[in-house]
Amino acid sequence: MAKVLMKGNEAIGAAAIEAGCRYFFGYPITPQSELPEYMARELPKVGGVFLQAESEIAAINMVYGAAGAGARVMTSSSSPGISLKQEGISYIAGAELPCLIVNIMRGGPGLGSILPSQTDYFQATRGGGNGDYRLVVLAPSNVQELVDLVIEGFDIADQYRNPVMILGDGMIGQMMEPVELRKPKQRELPPKDWATDGTKDKRKPNIINSLYLAAEELEAHNQRLQEKYKKIMENEVKVESYNIEDADVVIAAYGTISRIAKTAISQLEKEGYKVGLIRPITLWPYPYDEFEKINDKCKGILTVEMNTGQMVDDVKIAVKGKFPVYFHGRTGGMVPTPDEIIDKVKKIYGGEI
Amino acid sequence: MTIVFQKTRGLTDVETHYCPGCTHGIVHRLVAEALEELGVLDMAIGVAPVGCAVLAYKYFNCDMHEAAHGRAPAVATGIKRVRPENFVFTYQGDGDLASIGTAEIVHAAHRGEKISTIFINNAIYGMTGGQMAPTTLVGQKATTAPYGRDEAHCGKPIRISEMLATIDGAKFVERVTVTSPAHVRKAKKAIKECFKVQIEGKGFGIVEVLSTCPTNWGLTPTEALKWLEDNMIPYYPLGNFKRPEEVE
Repeated sequence: MAKVLMKGNEAIGAAAIEAGCRYFFGYPITPQSELPEYMARELPKVGGVFLQAESEIAAINMVYGAAGAGARVMTSSSSPGISLKQEGISYIAGAELPCLIVNIMRGGPGLGSILPSQTDYFQATRGGGNGDYRLVVLAPSNVQELVDLVIEGFDIADQYRNPVMILGDGMIGQMMEPVELRKPKQRELPPKDWATDGTKDKRKPNIINSLYLAAEELEAHNQRLQEKYKKIMENEVKVESYNIEDADVVIAAYGTISRIAKTAISQLEKEGYKVGLIRPITLWPYPYDEFEKINDKCKGILTVEMNTGQMVDDVKIAVKGKFPVYFHGRTGGMVPTPDEIIDKVKKIYGGEI
Repeated sequence: MTIVFQKTRGLTDVETHYCPGCTHGIVHRLVAEALEELGVLDMAIGVAPVGCAVLAYKYFNCDMHEAAHGRAPAVATGIKRVRPENFVFTYQGDGDLASIGTAEIVHAAHRGEKISTIFINNAIYGMTGGQMAPTTLVGQKATTAPYGRDEAHCGKPIRISEMLATIDGAKFVERVTVTSPAHVRKAKKAIKECFKVQIEGKGFGIVEVLSTCPTNWGLTPTEALKWLEDNMIPYYPLGNFKRPEEVE
């Protein structure tokens, strides 16, 4: 397929349809409304269903029902709307159903703003809903990667019977870039023999459920979930890194901010500084092991985020105190600039911070 | 020997957890019989609520989906949109449907979602231990209304059937009870008629069943039946509020 120029939010829709998703349940919220609008226009053309729910809560519960019935299904929202979906996400994770949830993040807390942010990192990676559960969290940095991760995300969800979240910021939702819809790597996907589609008097009833009243049963269920999460951690980590074997300072950044970090790095290289980059593509499972490859003479890790410091916790876990960890962040819709990053790196070089 | 009665195939053999005198058991049987008699049991997908009927997924002998509190109509919507050929029903109590899930039930009805809802109204939160429900009668005592429900403080109880009957997408709305064999027969007739509305693709249907909660009302099972008839029926009148003309 030839490359076409697409806006991030619409590209998500095109990728989802390419991946065989035929059901979308959502509720309008800025800055992601182009996605439900695209689905409302395009899904009926391929025999699918777009339904605008009465709330984000209802939308995620429609996803819960549709996923239980065996469909490839998705929803999307932005930060405050994702907060409302947390109840349903916890049930979907507990009942082990596959689905794709898109969060095009905006500023918070509360109503915050409609400008881009990365302030939902904790919510996405630590679980905004109740219980010991995990989402696979994918953080694209450009529209092509966004499309690739949406398509692969449905497969990951089906393979592990687990909800997958695309965590993007308002910038990636709004930017236009050339994209190509590509097939992901081939995976063995298990049959959905657990789905509710009527017994047809040929099998015992299928039950979609997250309730285990007996303590031993709920503990066993949680242990099974943890086993599954362990497999995901072993198999699904994605990370891009640059020059970490030789760098004096390594920047850790994800999503669109990693592109600003790259601009800063090439400027610094022109001035003779050796700066590396670790860009987690999966925020959960987090690429902790990648930080082991950083050379011993590295002076420190600079985490750059569009928030007041959330992923920096995972960076600290990853380096286990071996290197000092610094942070630079802007929030409220303010975006870290290459100059700010360059200044911070030079200060780390000069031992000023 | 002629068989005059046998348990419907629509129920499993699992022993229910319901309290003695609770009418959930009767309503379960009626729903299961209706599914079997209408020939939709093997294609049925039920959605269980949070509340006393939370374990309904163990009792109905068809595919089941356990929903979060109040969200059953949204879950049922997702299922029905994916599987329009299947029969989809929700079974919900009054805390679930008439309080936390009002948005979901109103909008499922509003969309004319082709699902059927069984709504158990026993004027109390049973599972959590007798707290005031949106359906608790004025003056009725509950653990969170220890002096009786005060209209000036929290308003009058909500009449769901009357409210839903105003919505175009709701094609069948009836309130019944199960306090006597005659009422049980009428309730079953209503449930079957409601289910037919979905089978014929006409839209949303609901049967509200006035039910007893002897445990949390602090009454014996027979006293509870009388209390329901003396106190609930005057405020929640029985009868059909809406049916498609062709069904009559």
